Amino acid sequence: MNTLALLGMPNTGKSTLFNRLTGSHAQIGNWPGLTVELMQAEVTLAGRPWQLVDLPGIYDLRGHSGDEAVVRRFLETTPVDLMLVVLNASQLDRQLRLALQVQKLGLPALVVLNMADEARRFGVQVDPRALEAALGLPVVLTSAKYGGGLGTVREALAVALKHGAETEGPGPIPSPRPVQQLESRLQAIDPQLDGALAALLQAGVTLPQQWRDRWTRRLDAVLLHPVLGLPLFFGAMALMFQLIYAIGVPLQEGLGTLLDLLGQHALKPLLAPLPPFVSGFLLEGLYQGIGTVSAFLPVIFLFFLAMGVVEDSGYLSRAAYLMDAFMERLGLDGRSFVLALMGFGCNVPAILGTRVMRDQGLRLLSMLIIPFSLCSARLNVFLFMAAAFFAPRQGALVIFGLYLMSFVAAVLTALVFRGRFASQEPLVLELPPYRLPTLTQMFTRAWAEVRHFWFWARRFIIFGVVAVWLLNNLPLGVEPASAQSLSGQLGTALAPLLDPIGINPKLTVALVFGFIAKEIVLGGLAVIYGQADPIALSRAIAAEVSWPQALSFMLFTLLYTPCLSTVAVIRSESKRLGFTALSVGWSLGLAWISCFVLYQGLAWLGWR
Amino acid sequence: MHAVRRLVDLRPGGTATVVSLAAERGLRARLEALGLRPGQTVQVLRRGWWSGPLHIRVGMTELMVRRRDAACVALAA
Ligand SMILES: Nc1nc2c(ncn2[C@@H]2O[C@H](COP(=O)(O)OP(=O)(O)OP(=O)(O)O)[C@@H](O)[C@H]2O)c(=O)[nH]1
Repeated sequence: MNTLALLGMPNTGKSTLFNRLTGSHAQIGNWPGLTVELMQAEVTLAGRPWQLVDLPGIYDLRGHSGDEAVVRRFLETTPVDLMLVVLNASQLDRQLRLALQVQKLGLPALVVLNMADEARRFGVQVDPRALEAALGLPVVLTSAKYGGGLGTVREALAVALKHGAETEGPGPIPSPRPVQQLESRLQAIDPQLDGALAALLQAGVTLPQQWRDRWTRRLDAVLLHPVLGLPLFFGAMALMFQLIYAIGVPLQEGLGTLLDLLGQHALKPLLAPLPPFVSGFLLEGLYQGIGTVSAFLPVIFLFFLAMGVVEDSGYLSRAAYLMDAFMERLGLDGRSFVLALMGFGCNVPAILGTRVMRDQGLRLLSMLIIPFSLCSARLNVFLFMAAAFFAPRQGALVIFGLYLMSFVAAVLTALVFRGRFASQEPLVLELPPYRLPTLTQMFTRAWAEVRHFWFWARRFIIFGVVAVWLLNNLPLGVEPASAQSLSGQLGTALAPLLDPIGINPKLTVALVFGFIAKEIVLGGLAVIYGQADPIALSRAIAAEVSWPQALSFMLFTLLYTPCLSTVAVIRSESKRLGFTALSVGWSLGLAWISCFVLYQGLAWLGWR
Repeated sequence: MHAVRRLVDLRPGGTATVVSLAAERGLRARLEALGLRPGQTVQVLRRGWWSGPLHIRVGMTELMVRRRDAACVALAA
């Protein structure tokens, strides 16, 4: 199939346009010769199917960043029938340069001036016809976010593609050849760009005399205030988390109950004829595993939704600005902070997000601190334990303390390792104007993120639940989860290590399972204690475990390796086994020492 | 040397013209791509707390730049 590609600077709305054009049936494709994944989907234009690829945002085809290299390699290896060059219409004063590079390379292209709404709002006047004449390429104005100008894009695409077909004669369109000698040609073009850009701007763009965005100006005066800025930001985040869990937790419980009923009343009779070991495996192992992950999706969805709103509004870039001074002293930068914040939903996408960093030291250090972000799976465990062991007031305090510990652990880690993973990466980030997110856009995006989460997490979680079940029920004929089962033996074997931090063999087994995924800790405890009902379960645990032991268990859960998915993604992103081992080893060590200090400290004070 | 005015010395609200960029390749390319090129007018909107980054505006674009990096940008006197 012939290929069309979206090219443009970061944040010009490429992905938004991509989703609009393809109806967001995107797949993540792995392209030959490129290590990164590119979004791709099929579109029908001019009566034929085409493959549309969303390239990573780049500033300059000659640039030195990883993304820029990826785009160059893509152009050198993939024949592209038409490039869609997406520019931010309100920033044509600098963005037209990229269109000029494409034009001077002689690539077939359509120039899409997106964010026409913002250009209008800020008083930037654009004359697409004049630009078209000056560039010799078709130019269209769009507002991808609001669906404006999409018809025009489709028409222009159809015209351009038909035109290409006609000049080639009848029959199937022959594939164009990939770009040859890209680097040397780009270099030859470079000296002409300044003059050409000035001429283009003269011909088709009128910039306003004065910055018109009063809104952004006024909001920034408050939100970036030297004293108020940070408290406001943390206040907003605290409120956001409260809201997510106020809505999400009941949803999760409801869904869990529903799936449970379905299993008990529909699946169980169905599986009854099978031997008990097999039916137990299918129902309590596999089905429960899938159920656990599914029940977890609403909270994840809400988190991505809320984060999407914050990101899209432009506030997240401001957070990077506010926190950069502090992060710089830890050897990190404002982006690491934003990523660690994302990690509070799920660590995996946050670690993937470190791809924006060019400096390897900075990237690794960021990957080292992100796992300490108290992700929603861990919070789930904490909410349960806090309710089981503490009165609501104290429980809230405990949760707050764990959030605090999450920050402390990240800061400590950065301080310890900043020398080893030193970096000199400069930081220059765009602060976009404040934007109002649209509802549909937020929902499609959160949905895409949840699918991504599902893709990453399901294997491990389902594998984990199945493993828990097997460990509890093997060797054959053993009383499930008793001291004679594999899990019981494991708990006893690890006792010398975990006894000093107040964690009993049963909790030990739960922690071992938690290594696979925190989502299965509660399910694991339910099986180990033989109590499916949450209230009965919390009573059973509280009967055996003291509150300092419970605290130690929570602290350990917070600090040690979040889950196998995180380990896997650290491994694949860092491409270093040693670093992955360091990350796992450090968090385990930190967890053990912290719990030892906490538990023995409390014991010394007379609490056990 | 100290006679050269740099972006990092510009007070909030101040405006000046960029003369040259004394930055390494990567930073220079990034600054230029974001519009910070010789001949352009740049304005400092605010400076971050605790020696934090500068919030600047150049052309139609607003940026945050660390002070260390802003020291590479020489301005017309
Ligand atoms: N006002 C306005 N905002 C838009 C428009 N199109 C996209 N946006 C917003 O611009 C931001 C960036 O959009 P994306 O589609 O993520 O941009 P991108 O080019 O794919 O960005 P990268 O993935 O970083 O390269 C989002 O907040 C969008 O909601 C538009 O036409 N008008």
